Amino acid sequence: MSVNISIRNAVKRYGENTIIPDLSLEIRDKEFFTLLGPSGCGKTTLLRMIAGFNTIEGGELYFNATCINNMEISKRNIGMVFQNYAIFPHYTVQQNVEFGLKNRKLPKERIKADTREFLELMQILEYKDRMPERLSGGQQQRVALARALVIKPDVLLMDEPLSNLDAKLRLEMRQVIRNLQREVGITTVYVTHDQEEAMAISDRIAVMKDGIIQHVGTPREIYHRPANIFVASFIGRTNFLEAVFRKADGNILLGGHEFSVPGVSSDDDEEPVVLSIRPEDFTMAKTDSGGIRSTIRDSIFLGLNTHFIVNLPGDQSVEIIHESQMDSNFKPGDTVYLTVKADKINVFSRDGKRNLSREN
Amino acid sequence: MKTDVLRKLKLDIWSLVTLGVLVLYGLFLIYPLFNLLIQAVVDKKTGQFTLDYFIKFFSKPYYFNTLLNSFKVTLAVTVLTVMLGTPLAYFFARFEIRGKGFLRILIILSSMSAPFIGAYSWILLLGRSGVITLFLRNTLGIQFPSIYGFTGILVVLTLQLYPLIFLYVTGALKNVDNSLLEAADNLGCSGFRRFRMIVIPLILPTLFAGGLLVFMRALADFGTPMLIGEGFRTFPVTIFNEFISELGGDDGFAAAISIIAIIITTFVFLIQRYLSTRKVFSMNSMNKIRPLKARGITNVMIHLYSYIVIGLSIMPQVYIFYTSFKKVQGTTFVPGYSFGSYEMAFNRVGRAITNTLLIPGISLVVIVFFAALIAYITVRRRNIFTGTADAISMVPYIIPGSVVGITLLIAFNKPPVLLSGTILIMVIGLVLRRLPYTIRSSVAVLQQIPMNIEEAALSLGSSKIKAFYKITMPMMAAGLVAGAILSWVTMISELATAILLYVGRTKTLTVEIYTQIIRGNYGIAAALSTILAFLTVISLLVFNKVSGNRELSL
Repeated sequence: MSVNISIRNAVKRYGENTIIPDLSLEIRDKEFFTLLGPSGCGKTTLLRMIAGFNTIEGGELYFNATCINNMEISKRNIGMVFQNYAIFPHYTVQQNVEFGLKNRKLPKERIKADTREFLELMQILEYKDRMPERLSGGQQQRVALARALVIKPDVLLMDEPLSNLDAKLRLEMRQVIRNLQREVGITTVYVTHDQEEAMAISDRIAVMKDGIIQHVGTPREIYHRPANIFVASFIGRTNFLEAVFRKADGNILLGGHEFSVPGVSSDDDEEPVVLSIRPEDFTMAKTDSGGIRSTIRDSIFLGLNTHFIVNLPGDQSVEIIHESQMDSNFKPGDTVYLTVKADKINVFSRDGKRNLSREN
Repeated sequence: MKTDVLRKLKLDIWSLVTLGVLVLYGLFLIYPLFNLLIQAVVDKKTGQFTLDYFIKFFSKPYYFNTLLNSFKVTLAVTVLTVMLGTPLAYFFARFEIRGKGFLRILIILSSMSAPFIGAYSWILLLGRSGVITLFLRNTLGIQFPSIYGFTGILVVLTLQLYPLIFLYVTGALKNVDNSLLEAADNLGCSGFRRFRMIVIPLILPTLFAGGLLVFMRALADFGTPMLIGEGFRTFPVTIFNEFISELGGDDGFAAAISIIAIIITTFVFLIQRYLSTRKVFSMNSMNKIRPLKARGITNVMIHLYSYIVIGLSIMPQVYIFYTSFKKVQGTTFVPGYSFGSYEMAFNRVGRAITNTLLIPGISLVVIVFFAALIAYITVRRRNIFTGTADAISMVPYIIPGSVVGITLLIAFNKPPVLLSGTILIMVIGLVLRRLPYTIRSSVAVLQQIPMNIEEAALSLGSSKIKAFYKITMPMMAAGLVAGAILSWVTMISELATAILLYVGRTKTLTVEIYTQIIRGNYGIAAALSTILAFLTVISLLVFNKVSGNRELSL
């Protein structure tokens, strides 16, 4: 069985301190859902509320139609993978994996079979008699996953499970987790502060800040149409430029230059706005073909790409990323003309709270 | 030539220090122990090798039973302290308890007094004519079971020593990652089952170490069985009686019993080593266990348990404090309150107070000096000689206090080195017994100080000895002083060694209290005990100030 999770107006307080003021969220059945945000944004707090380690001061948590607000941790039927794995150091790999089954008082044969199945699935059968201290980080991670999944949980919760691994293992385990989740077909809530990891692994992502969900959407949605400036800056790299939107002709006025951006709407005739333009969405040309006249201040060669710092008229500067060429024409001090892929620009109100670009 | 030889041997100032330490240990520990062994196996009249003393001990139930008694009561105390102290430490770590800070102070205080003072207070409370016994008998007609003998020793030592387990386990729980507890809960294992399946196995090495300490202290304790044991004779009491016996004590026999005692404690020590090294788990605690608010009946039970255990353990001291202000006529308490006991205490035994400041004071200086040096050579100049010095320095850890006393007396009661009756011999006794603890805590402190700080000093032209006392020593200072204060507290409440080594001039507070209790001067004893407790409290306050939030380690 798998379940959908409903969080309705959840509140979390520590004494006077409100961590989560009012949070509602629907996590769908069999979905890989990620809570993403900087440290201290409340993502782990929310995960621990679902797990039952944290109390809930207001609102309700539902698994399907069952309110789990006051359900005991051990009754929630949740599989949990901890940041440091929390492998019991005094048990062997096998004893760790069968621990949850034993607590459920299942028949011996069943425990044996299930444990073996998941040891095999996680490819750690050969280590079953080892003590955890003799396992590598990746192997411990596999034990933690096997132990969480063998109890056939309704929901799988993971708290930054890859943060203790080195870069190479992180990529490998990311794939393992993704495939496993699809194979087992289990509603999964995943916490991370790594936006790339979140994009790679998730069906949907909730970007959080200060205990408030800023944006819920697919990786594609939050990358291309971030709900506000915080999301735009947190997901990927971007340049923010101050400009003005003129309702009459739908044009953007930027440093004495005008261009049209499709699908922007505003209540005011002339609204001050902030443009968010990804570094890869600029095109640089040596000759003037209607672009913004700018000067290259610096360039940084990074192998695959080259980054340019470019000064725009009116004291604004942007970062531009181009695929590296064998012989680069662009050098610091050069004058270039910038054009922008207009459909990929996001236009925010000046306070940064609203995206004026229409969903498309 | 000479410098060449020195260079070949890599002799420097630290080699000389090592040599000095080894010589001193040879003189004041190895030689006396060797002497003890000779005494035990050589017939004094014939000068022949003999095992008569050992045969005498094992063939006569009168003696042999004291060994069994000691084992019985010590094992019972060890098990009980673990059963009492472990849950208490777990509750303190896991749950919010009202007045936790104050309770923690009480726990430490109750462990810091001399056990025999606790015994004496329990006699005043529950003895044949104890206040509670009389109250129960006269008003309720209930005959309270006897506190003397096995039960008495068990109660007194358990309440006295469970704080050791509490402190050890508290320390161990700091290394247990909260995620492990959460993971267990998440997998359907909570409450007592989780405590048994997860917590206990993880802290098992600590329980063994704490258990060993309790075992050693309980086995070696002399004052408690002497006062409250009555017919239930234990090992240290027998050693003392055989040695001090007014009918002309038998040194050889006392030496033989001492040897048996050392063999037993060594054996127990080795078993503990074996058990605890087998089950050590390296844990890195990222998330410490945080106290939560317990609800309903659990909350009530946790509070009740904590308050009752801690209340019982601090009761003897509170009652002594109270009786010290009672009016005394002759040797009996009469209604009313006065400072009479304090006046008498200061008039009659003022010297004991100055001695208690003087003797442990001198010992403390010596201990700090040697602890710093030995810790330094064992951490920074690891070689076979410093390793030997380190190993030898730990030997007194497993020798009961009264045996240390006897060993020193037998070795130094005749020329060429006549030390008995001097302050020096008492200082040596205290230093030998306390040095192992202070060395261990200094080693721990030193291991936290990176070597390259000292190397920086050397590269800037400082000499080795200067680098030590200008750079390393000041960095060790806080840890060293904190360890020293704890040693100080232990030394001012020490009885087992002092009772053997003192003469009239060198009587200490504990010896005086013990003597006054034996004479029935309960008022003076109470006043002196209160003064001792006062000294302890002051010392602990200083400890807190110096150490910041450093953990108390014993």
